[in-house]
Amino acid sequence: MAEPRFIVVGGGLAGLMTTIKIAEAGHQVDLFSIVPVRRSHSVCAQGGINAAVNWKGEGDSPWKHFDDTIYGGDFLANQPPVKAMCEAGPGIIFLLDRMGVTFNRTAEGLLDFRRFGGTLFHRTAFAGATTGQQLMYALDEQVRRYEAAGLVTKYERWDFCSLVLDETGRCRGITALDLERMEVRGFPAAAVMLATGGPGIIFGKSTNSQVNTGSAAAAAYQQGAYYANGEFIQVHPTAIPGNDKLRLISESIRGEGGRVWVPRDGKPWYFLEEWYPAYGNLVPRDIATRAIFKVVYELGLGIDGQPMVYLDVSHLDPVMLQKKVEGVLEIYEKFMGDDPKKVPMKIFPGMHYSMGGLWVDYDQMTNVPGLFAAGEVDYQYHGANRLGANSLLSCLYGGQIGGPAMVSFVKGHGAPEADGVCEREAKRQGELYARIMRMDGPENAWALAREMGEWMTANVTVVRDNKKLADTDRKLVELKDRWGRIGLSDRGRWANQEVSFTKQLWNMLELARVITLGALRRDESRGAHYKPAFPHRDDASWLRTTKARWTSDGPEFSYEPVDVSLIPPRPRKYDVAPEAAKKS
Amino acid sequence: MPPEYIELRVKRQDGPEAAPYWHAFRVPWKPQHNVLSVLMEIRTNPVTTTGERVPAPVWDASCLEEVCGACTMLVNGHVRQACTALVDQLEQPIVLEPMRKFPVVRDLFVDRTRIFESFKKVHAWIPVDGTYDLGPGPRMSPEEQELRYALDRCIACGCCMDVCPQFHLDDPPDSGFVGAATIGQALLMNLHPTGRMNADERLDLLMRPGGIQDCGNAQNCVEACPKGIPLTHAIAEIGRQTTVKWVKDLLGR
Repeated sequence: MAEPRFIVVGGGLAGLMTTIKIAEAGHQVDLFSIVPVRRSHSVCAQGGINAAVNWKGEGDSPWKHFDDTIYGGDFLANQPPVKAMCEAGPGIIFLLDRMGVTFNRTAEGLLDFRRFGGTLFHRTAFAGATTGQQLMYALDEQVRRYEAAGLVTKYERWDFCSLVLDETGRCRGITALDLERMEVRGFPAAAVMLATGGPGIIFGKSTNSQVNTGSAAAAAYQQGAYYANGEFIQVHPTAIPGNDKLRLISESIRGEGGRVWVPRDGKPWYFLEEWYPAYGNLVPRDIATRAIFKVVYELGLGIDGQPMVYLDVSHLDPVMLQKKVEGVLEIYEKFMGDDPKKVPMKIFPGMHYSMGGLWVDYDQMTNVPGLFAAGEVDYQYHGANRLGANSLLSCLYGGQIGGPAMVSFVKGHGAPEADGVCEREAKRQGELYARIMRMDGPENAWALAREMGEWMTANVTVVRDNKKLADTDRKLVELKDRWGRIGLSDRGRWANQEVSFTKQLWNMLELARVITLGALRRDESRGAHYKPAFPHRDDASWLRTTKARWTSDGPEFSYEPVDVSLIPPRPRKYDVAPEAAKKS
Repeated sequence: MPPEYIELRVKRQDGPEAAPYWHAFRVPWKPQHNVLSVLMEIRTNPVTTTGERVPAPVWDASCLEEVCGACTMLVNGHVRQACTALVDQLEQPIVLEPMRKFPVVRDLFVDRTRIFESFKKVHAWIPVDGTYDLGPGPRMSPEEQELRYALDRCIACGCCMDVCPQFHLDDPPDSGFVGAATIGQALLMNLHPTGRMNADERLDLLMRPGGIQDCGNAQNCVEACPKGIPLTHAIAEIGRQTTVKWVKDLLGR
């Protein structure tokens, strides 16, 4: 058997952790990324990473972290892998600390922890308010070390096109587009990890980076990988509205004492604190977002009649703010011109995260043998709503599990010899791009994407209505039709962004249908999925994982039971502490 | 009163070897525009002010909130991130050009591989034994953390290199100046209790051609840095560490 090669697609936290794990086991990794890995979207994570070390003497434990995560996710996540992730949390932050992450410190020189949403414990380790950036750099540096040692080969500025599948359905590699030369090449591998992040750009404006199109996941879905729980989209309560994106204002702002309010009868009304006395401003994101929607759209109390509420830190110690959340306050000041230390910030909810993603087993393998997924692109850890500071943890944990699982998969199944399957798929993809290059209709790809984003944001985010969801799906079908009438402004054969985006747009439309139709079918309210016509969680009918399979007539849905063997489902309420909620 | 239009002049270049040329574009004014959101408007209908339909401009961008470093370019002659270049604070027409010290890929898009290669050159990493659970990391005072954090906010954008008189587009790859950001990274690692154990290795590398002695002390770097990184402090401190090491080496200790 030839020395196996491994492919990792995506250079964010999940991809880099996978890469490190495989390289550490002595194997060769080809690492593909649409951007230089150090610029991956994980750098945008702000507030921190959860791990229940109980260093504040509050009686915290991995079990309580597990319980908060399951409860916060409204019981939709399979419980065994979530428990394992929470147990691995402390080891993961210790590892990051050893890699040199500049975590904030206590006076004794230990890691400091702060509070985050959906928990009453100080459980979140942080590096200022740019934690994702600092974590990314630490892993980027470790990968660079392996690159210098010859174990990692980077393909930066390459766009994932498709899986290479053999006649048995096993994943045998990938094809990717060189974004400068605009050439497709096939790359064989004994196992492939997709760690390509979330699909925020489907919603047009979101807190996500421009590269977060979900295109890679959508391509895998079109080749037979199941996409699970797509309808669960997290809308973060606090973002700055903008023309190009919605800029995240971290939950850590509230973790450090920030308060949300609107003026009512000439006085500040702290509605989260009034409605949710136990958790106050630190209710989970789905709850806070719906509360803000209620205040703005039902009660008409948005600031100056606009869809905006205040997020206020002006009462807090400026020196503390400087040390703990400077990075976020700086973003606000740069874009809005006001100093949040003096003037309350004006914010509104924005699409932020997909709980859903490629279906994976407990070893992070998809239903396609040899294809793995980890990070936001998988569906595994967050159920119907993700708790803040759990995403960095799930990325790293998914990579820690996925990397070694890929190595053992190859040990068990071998690395097949080259037989031309890669070259054939590369040729097919190359022809597809050649066809796109010739498109000369009246439509513009970016304009179509904007239309898709407006529809998705209006109808498939916070409040969902079956008629509007059905209309949205019809719109998506129309946009797919109009996609065929795109005309390229750019026919250059060098670094042509329009060609690659046009291909990604098709994939986004496919995935948008999975999200929309999944939401249409799920007649209940659970976590981030809220239908006023079906306002309650319905465990009898819907305690089920949604699985979408691609067909040429649109997604075909099936449902599988959720493993709730460790914590029995209970009603979810945040006005009282967990112990009281269990009694009621 | 706000202007009716926003006018943009974009320097175009079809490829690394092609000759540059200019296109002007105009979009209706809207509040809260930044340079990238204007470029995003333009690409939905790329027509110049003279009515010519042209290929959509090509640029590099990802996070749009000044943390990924991708969208660095010259805006009205100043190197900076385009995402935080707010239109209402800029003189019009807004002139966009690619960075000067990195090879142009196309239009405003440049190839900054050299930055990451420089990080590799100075071994900017902590050599951990492995990723298995080996217990907590070393303790560190909040003061040490604060300095390290300030250095670790470097987004590898290359602004410090673009403005540096010692850093050139056509530097030889093996001996060109590594630039201020790279020296900051070396200090970041040398300040870590584990990284300190192989500090000499990094100093050795920085004592070679392209290392610390190439710095001409122009101090443009610290002015240009969008993250306020203490680059001149890093250069001075690494300079001090290399001097100490040089004397020690001389005395055979």
